[in-house]
Amino acid sequence: MNPEDLRYADSHEWVRVEGDVGTIGITDHAQKQLGEIVYLELPEVGHMYDAGDEFGTVESVKAVSELFTPVSGEVVAVNKGAVGEPGIINDDPFGDGWLIKLKLSTDVEIGKLMSAEAYGEYVAAEEQEK
Amino acid sequence: MSVPVPQASLRRTPLYDLHRELGAKLIDFGGWEMPVQYAGILEEHRAVRERVGLFDVSHMGEFDVTGPGALACLQRLTPNDVGALADGRIHYSAFLTEKGTFVDDLLVYRRAADSYLLVVNAGNTPKDFAWATSHAGPGANFTDRSAETALIAVQGPKSAALMARLSAPDPSDLPYYGFRETTVAGAKTLVSRTGYTGEDGFEVYCRPEDAARLFRALLSEGKPDGVAPCGLGARDTLRLEAKMALYGNDIDETVTAYEADLGWIVKPKKGDFIGRDALVAQKQAGVPRKLVGFEMVDRGIGRHGYPAKTAAGPGIVTSGTHSPTLGKPIGLALLPAAASAVGTEFSVDIRGRDAAARVVATPFYKRSQKP
Repeated sequence: MNPEDLRYADSHEWVRVEGDVGTIGITDHAQKQLGEIVYLELPEVGHMYDAGDEFGTVESVKAVSELFTPVSGEVVAVNKGAVGEPGIINDDPFGDGWLIKLKLSTDVEIGKLMSAEAYGEYVAAEEQEK
Repeated sequence: MSVPVPQASLRRTPLYDLHRELGAKLIDFGGWEMPVQYAGILEEHRAVRERVGLFDVSHMGEFDVTGPGALACLQRLTPNDVGALADGRIHYSAFLTEKGTFVDDLLVYRRAADSYLLVVNAGNTPKDFAWATSHAGPGANFTDRSAETALIAVQGPKSAALMARLSAPDPSDLPYYGFRETTVAGAKTLVSRTGYTGEDGFEVYCRPEDAARLFRALLSEGKPDGVAPCGLGARDTLRLEAKMALYGNDIDETVTAYEADLGWIVKPKKGDFIGRDALVAQKQAGVPRKLVGFEMVDRGIGRHGYPAKTAAGPGIVTSGTHSPTLGKPIGLALLPAAASAVGTEFSVDIRGRDAAARVVATPFYKRSQKP
């Protein structure tokens, strides 16, 4: 299930805030929708992003999806392990499959993101539309 | 991340409920709600290369062509030599425009000199039927059997053993591109030794009302073989490794048979056919561009529609994926003929980044022995 300590975006990324650093990944729902991930493109450390910017791409066998950062900040770490073995995102999307860490520009954006419960309802509503 | 959602009012095959039951992920494929995967594309791909996989391809179109003028008609409508086809045999062919480009690619099954089955791409079925009937001469009757025909592909090295256990008479002695009528799990079928995976395999045509029972029987009987239901995702990676063209990606009404490297289905010596003059002229003049296989040198996957840059001018990627068998990105591209030799380096514009790629020999994968 979706961990309670994370915040969620409607584009299916999550953010974990520790001090002024936010770790970003994609949700379990997102990895399931994508299928087996075979390729991951992430930015270099030092890149600056505004909330909503595309910061990379994730590719399954079938499709390419853009990755959007739900928060603003400077990239302070990228998960090289996931770039080398993208399948880790499928195996552990909320843990070892994290993507980048940002030094957050502001703490007000986090409050606008969804809680685990709200995200769960959002996904359920999206499924209903099918 | 954006997640595609199937639209309403899609057509469904007789196996739709079974796909749901088996946990398939369904997508819109040319207006059909089809399984893209069950367990996962990589696992399904492996099942077909190593064991046996089942595909619902009931969306494909089937036409009967019968009558005393059927042979003459098909000789005129298709570039391959139907006169050279024996009863019970199949060949790969096409409907071509006057320019020698593809209306569609298809299989021709010869039952007898006056009776044929054509199998065409799902999305092209109405267009093909209209085209064929408007070009048919006297004495050839076309009947669209698509709605009353379901189709299950049984593909992989263990497919022959599985089919043998369920069928009477046993179709496992069929030659490659041969077919016969047989009973599979009690259902009346036409079985051919064909497929779209580069692996040994069979395609089983049956009545829609028998399809689900047949699919279940194959799943159940194939359990000891490690049978897996497979979706269109694996079908695409399998066909691409075998360098089989996909209509709408690699070939369409802008690509000629020679450009598509499908000159082996063009038989100008058999007599006139639609597209012949243009193809003969193009062969004399030389093709301006050619469909080639490529591998990525830089990281990334060159996908359908991505622009290519060569020393001889622009080209375009027509298909691209991660090859599960080779563990690296592969693809097909239409490149200027002068840049189409094996070993030629070029670049693919991957969403704004120029990534190096190299023309390689195809197919990317070839099975060790044919039946």
